[in-house]
This record gives sequence, C-alpha cells and structure tokens, in this order.
Amino acid sequence: MFKYLLRRLILSIPVLIAITIIIFLLIELAPGDIVDYYMSSEGQMTQEAVEQLRARFGLDQPLPVRYLNWLGKVLQGDLGFRFVDGRPVGPLILQRLNATALLIGSALIIGILIGVPLGVFTALRQYSFWDFTFTGLSFLGISMPAFIAGIFGLYIFAIQLRWFPSGGMRPVDRTPTFFDSLYYLILPASILSLQYIAQYMRYTRFSMLEVLRSDYVTTARAKGLPERRIIWRHIVRNAILPVVTVIGFSIPGLVVGAVFTETIFSWPGMGTLYLDAVQGRDVPLLMGMNLVIAVAVLLANLATDLAYAVVDPRIRYD
Amino acid sequence: MTNVTIDRTSATLAEDMTDLRRLHRSADSPLRRTLRRFARHRLAILAIVVLAVIALAAIFAPAVERYPYEQMDLRARASAPSPEHWFGTDRIGRDIWSRTIHGGRISLAVGLMATAISATVGLTIGAFSGYYRGWVEMILMRFTDVVMTFPSIVIMLTLAAMLPRSVWSIVLIIGLLSWPKFARLVHGQFLALREQEYVLAARTLGIPNLRIIFVHILPNVLAPLVALVTFSVGEAILIEAGLSFLGLGVPPPAPSWGNMLEAARNLEILQDFPWMWIPPAVMTVLTILCVNFIGDGLRDAIDPRLVL
Repeated sequence: MFKYLLRRLILSIPVLIAITIIIFLLIELAPGDIVDYYMSSEGQMTQEAVEQLRARFGLDQPLPVRYLNWLGKVLQGDLGFRFVDGRPVGPLILQRLNATALLIGSALIIGILIGVPLGVFTALRQYSFWDFTFTGLSFLGISMPAFIAGIFGLYIFAIQLRWFPSGGMRPVDRTPTFFDSLYYLILPASILSLQYIAQYMRYTRFSMLEVLRSDYVTTARAKGLPERRIIWRHIVRNAILPVVTVIGFSIPGLVVGAVFTETIFSWPGMGTLYLDAVQGRDVPLLMGMNLVIAVAVLLANLATDLAYAVVDPRIRYD
Repeated sequence: MTNVTIDRTSATLAEDMTDLRRLHRSADSPLRRTLRRFARHRLAILAIVVLAVIALAAIFAPAVERYPYEQMDLRARASAPSPEHWFGTDRIGRDIWSRTIHGGRISLAVGLMATAISATVGLTIGAFSGYYRGWVEMILMRFTDVVMTFPSIVIMLTLAAMLPRSVWSIVLIIGLLSWPKFARLVHGQFLALREQEYVLAARTLGIPNLRIIFVHILPNVLAPLVALVTFSVGEAILIEAGLSFLGLGVPPPAPSWGNMLEAARNLEILQDFPWMWIPPAVMTVLTILCVNFIGDGLRDAIDPRLVL
C-alpha cells in the first residue's frame, strides 16, 4: 500500500511539470505582457524605461531561463511576487485557498449527505411517485450550471426573501462568530452542491438498481436474512463502490463551479483571485495558482483511489 | 403446357419476392430497433420537439426577431416587457426578445462547432492509439490522461484571456480541450474491434491501415459515439455560456446567452431588471435539459447497459 502511494506520488511529478510548462507557454506566447498593461494605463513611456521595467520583472531573459528560474524558486518554496502590487504570491494563495476549500468542502459534504441517501431511497422504491419526482428533479439539477443556479439562488433567497446575505464571507462590522460564518456559507455552498446532489443521486440510484438485480441478493433473500440486513450489508455496501469513484471524479468540476459561485457571491476565494490574475496578466500569480490547483486535483485523484481501496477490501495495491 | 408452367413459376417468383420484401420490412434491423427503443422515451421525444423549436427560432432569427438585435430604442431604455418589446429592453434600449433568439443562434452554433472539433480530434487520437497499440498508444493515451487530469476550465480561462476575444477563439478553446472523453471511448472500442475477423481479413487482403481504420472499423464505433456527442454539445454550450458570463467569451455587441447573463453580475440589474437575465437563463437551462433528455434516451436506445 505504502509502496503504491509512493509510486503514484513520484509518477505525478512529471505530470505536474508538464502542466506548468504548458501553462507557462500559454501565458508567455500570447502577445502582450505586464509591461504593456502598465503602459496602457500610464500613457507615454520612453523605450529605455520600458526595457528597464521589463528587466525588473525579469522579462528580458529568454523563455526557458525564465521557466527554470521559476521552477528553481518553487522548489525552494518560493512562489515569487505578484506583478501588480509586489505582494508575495504564496501567502495570498494560501489565504484564498482556505476560503475556497471551505466552500468546496461544504458543497461536497452536502452533496454526499443528501445525494447518496436520496439515490438509495429512490432505488428501493423504483417507479414510485417519489422516484419519479426526484429523478425528474435530478435532471433539472444536472442541467443547471453553477452560475445559473447561483443567479437564481441569489435572486430568490438573498434579494427577494432576504434569508441570506447577498455576498461576502463574513460581516464587515464585527468579528465573525461560528454562526455568522455558517450564515454566510449556507447559500453559496448549497447552490454549488445542487449539481452534485443530482449527480450523486443518479449514480447511486443506478448502481443500487444494478446490485438489486444480482444473484447474491436473491441468495441472501432465499437464506431468509432480514430485509434490513440485506439492504445495508449486501446492497448498499456494494452499490456505494462506483459512487466513490464518481465523487472523486467530480472534484475538478467542483473547482470549476467554485469559480462561478465565488464570482456571483463575491466569495474571496481562488476563483475570484484567478480571474483577477488572468485579466491582469499576473504571471507569477497565475503560475502559482495553476500549480496549486494541479496539485490539488492530483491529490484528489489519489485520495479517490485510496478511498476506493478502503471501501472495497478486494482491491489490493502492490 | 410449358407456357403454363412458366407463368406459374413467374407468379411464384413474384410472390416470393413480395414475401421476401415484406419479411425484410418487418425484420428487426438494428437501426429500427434502436429507433423504436428511443421512441419509448416520451421525454426524449418531447425534448426533441422543444429543441427543434429553439433551433428553428435560432436559424430563422432574422425572420422571428422584431427589431434588429443591435438596434437601440433610446426612448425605451430598461423598459419592462410590453406589447412593443415582448421581453423588455436592456439598459441601452435593445430588444431582449431579439437578442435572446440571436443569442441562441450563437450559443447553438458554438456548441455544434466545438463538438465537431473535439469529436474529430478525439476520434482520431482514440482510433490511432487503439489500432496501432504499442508506443503510439503509450504516448497518445498518456497525453490524453494528462489533459483529462487537469481541470480544463483553468486552461480555458487562461486561453480565453490571452487570445483575442471572438466566437472562433471560443470554438477553438472548447473544441481543443474537450476531446479526451471521445479519445477514451473510441480507444476502448478500437481495442476490441481490432481483434475481429473482418479486420484480420482486411489486413490479409493488403488493405492499407488508414483505410481499415476509417472505412472498416470506424462505422462500428459511431453508435456509442452518438450519445456522447449529444452530451458534448450541451457541455460546450454551457462552457461558452460560462466563459461569456465571466466576460471572457463571445464579445459584445453580438449577443450570446452567456454574455446576456453577464448583466446579472450587476446586483442592481439582478434585483430591479429581472427580464434582462431571466430569458437567457431559462433558455440555457431548457436547452441543456433537452440535450440531456435526448442523450439519455439515445444512450438507453443504443445500449441499455452502457453507463456514463
């Protein structure tokens, strides 16, 4: 098990390097850089001043040198400084990462806690009224992208009903208590989770129906085992396996959804920061964020594999 | 005597032929079976009708619109829905109804074109890696894995900000980043199909590999692809809407559902002028809903056991 983990971790290093090179090339090959951004905002500048400015940002060096410089710094734990205001990138990302992790984590938990039981519930009552209702709603759920759900959610629950604040992460006039934070978190997290509730429900239901038809369930019934035991030990336990993988695969999607949810609810997370960085051509910040996101996604994939091994003891990683 | 026999024979022959034809007509061809299974999905059929209406409105937008979509009615800025402007007007007095159907034109076109690109790329990569195996497969599938591992929206956002803003940039960005799922599916299919006897026969006959791939094997992969293509169109429409919503997609003044929704990022518009963002929001969800119903129906009809 440990060996497997180690091998996976080592294998993901070239993937990470490939990703950072691709992103670096994408950013650098596009016409225009941060100096053009300054120039357009400050009018005329002499050629000399422009060159000086380029040299200050290290933009006068050739591409590979710049990439290797960046990589060398990263290995020492230094993500560099923002172009825009010269603040260090690392702490900024860390701070925003916390906000995003809170949002994504809550959405994931809501999605699992509501979606999976709903899937079990509807599968056990296939073709009943509740099955049709929830399956129908789940179609709406998977067809509603995070930003449209966000717009409707904000309009209905924050503006019309005034149940929740219309944005931000904490009240501005006092230090937030736990309940304050919860109050600000509930609406964006539930909105983000909608699509995943629907998705997890659909997969769980499908997987349950598949298992319900299998021979060992018939055998368990024939043995006269109590129904409750058959459902929980024999059906749900097996039906949950593929769902674990689906949950893992949905994490990159959650990151995407978070970008939109954060934009709509002015949540101070990675998504809003990324948009700032993209629009300002802030190379160090963009590179740092892409690295962090890539690491997070690779770790999530690894965690999915591990979770799979925990739920399914038949799987051995050697 | 002989004449009679001949007549008799020809009559039987003709009868036989009609019998044969009748038999053939009632025969359960795979296509017909699939169509019949699809027709059982009432919701999918309904979805096709609704989507057809949306598509027709989009195609004939110039005939359906009531004002040119970029025309500003300065006396009726930000006006609520009325007989003159069915869906109201936006802040500079452009007719929302006209913009919504024109937006559908761009959104649907982007979805279709982007999917055409991603399906072609994915199909080619999947076909080559599945057919040739060996190092070709190694490289192509590792590459596919890398593209798949990364949340492609991040690259899309970066690209969208770097490239000049145009409909074509959006089509390219979406098309060139959403092919891995096609590559995966086609790769898997080719792995199984390349071992079939007819492929061996074709090889023995000395038919060139490219011809075997595209003429002999490819048609057998198309059925499972149909559902994936459907879902993919929906996904591309969503990505376009998302990018445009963030102000990185289809550039104004051309309307797309996404860039009309961008207005809703302004709290004042969100609160006081709901008619400016509700039509594109509803149209997007409705379109995706239809696409998902159709895709689901197709998937069940083609292979009831296939899961996505």
